[in-house]
Amino acid sequence: MWQFFHKLGSPKWFFGISTRFMPWLLMSGILLLMAGVVWGLAFAPKDYLQGNSYRIIFIHVPTAFMAQSVYIMMASAALVTLVWRMKLADVFVKAVTPVGLVLTFLALFTGAVWGKPTWGTWWIWDARLTSMLILLFLYGGVIALDRAINDEKSAARAVAVLVLVGVVNIPIIKYSVEWWNTLHQPATFKLTEKPSMPAEMWVPLLLSVLGLYLIFGWLACIRMQTEILSREQRTRWVKEFVMKGKV
Amino acid sequence: MHPIRKKRLTIVLFLLVGLSVAVGLTAYALRQNINLFYDPSQISAGEAPVDVRIRAGGMVEEGSVVRDPESLKVEFLVTDYSASVPVEYVGILPDLFAEGQGIVAMGRLNNEGRFVADQVLAKHDENYMPPEVAGALEKASQAETKSAAENAKPATY
Repeated sequence: MWQFFHKLGSPKWFFGISTRFMPWLLMSGILLLMAGVVWGLAFAPKDYLQGNSYRIIFIHVPTAFMAQSVYIMMASAALVTLVWRMKLADVFVKAVTPVGLVLTFLALFTGAVWGKPTWGTWWIWDARLTSMLILLFLYGGVIALDRAINDEKSAARAVAVLVLVGVVNIPIIKYSVEWWNTLHQPATFKLTEKPSMPAEMWVPLLLSVLGLYLIFGWLACIRMQTEILSREQRTRWVKEFVMKGKV
Repeated sequence: MHPIRKKRLTIVLFLLVGLSVAVGLTAYALRQNINLFYDPSQISAGEAPVDVRIRAGGMVEEGSVVRDPESLKVEFLVTDYSASVPVEYVGILPDLFAEGQGIVAMGRLNNEGRFVADQVLAKHDENYMPPEVAGALEKASQAETKSAAENAKPATY
């Protein structure tokens, strides 16, 4: 197990192995996401109360879910950076922060579009919406902090501390709808109970979440590869890779 | 595990636990400010300030909506099933506004305990279902109350 852990820390090894499964990630991700979104937007039954406008859930929930998942993954990587000083963990954090930023923005945007016809307002300062906005600023702050420090090692540590501090926000987002009165409704999906929607609604939703997960995996790999190439540009294997086109 | 790494891990975990406690206490101290609205029990118990812009939230009581035929004025009761507060509002209501539906109203509480709203937002719950299912459920619950009244077997569905 420890050997695998150390191998995972080698950028060269990661570069080689990720190239092999990236096409599969992308293809299966696009297939699942297409299936989920088309099924959800065109074929799933409409809601008894909201009619067709609830269908934005098939975009809103996957992006909001991923925005939080990406942050949890980043926080785990930040822990590895701080404790084990593994380079690849820092590469991961830097590669996925912009992806998380975009996902959070999409979640807020689709939420606003959904809120206008159903609630009657684009925005309200309730606990769920506000904590999600804080997540957006956290992602922005991580990017800014990383750009502000020139030295790679000190940037990595500073970023890791900021990411770990921000992880406190994740349970607040998750439980905001239960701890406080909010305009946002509580979660439809709970670990211990059946989802409060029929299967012909939650199956497409699950498909699009899984699809987005896989596409995120592909995005993370390709962005990590770029980051690895630029960091290791002076090493022999990168020079050979650039000359021959393979690792 | 290497002792240096163990030390680093301990520091990081301490940082996280300390931070969570700090944030948790802050959120606990500010809970009334984080709550988006007062519920009808709090308002009727006198917890909500009078003549200050606040939000009130709850369910629109069944059969309490009175529309003024001459204007856009609407009056209704907001309830949490233990207390209710009269609300008046002039303006266009959101599409989801209906009796038995959740709302959040922004406005001021006057001296007579009436809530004068200048904005009404609809709140929906986490349950989604196709219209046919909702219709069937409604029918079933009506049948059940009927059959319960007749002391017959409960309806199966």
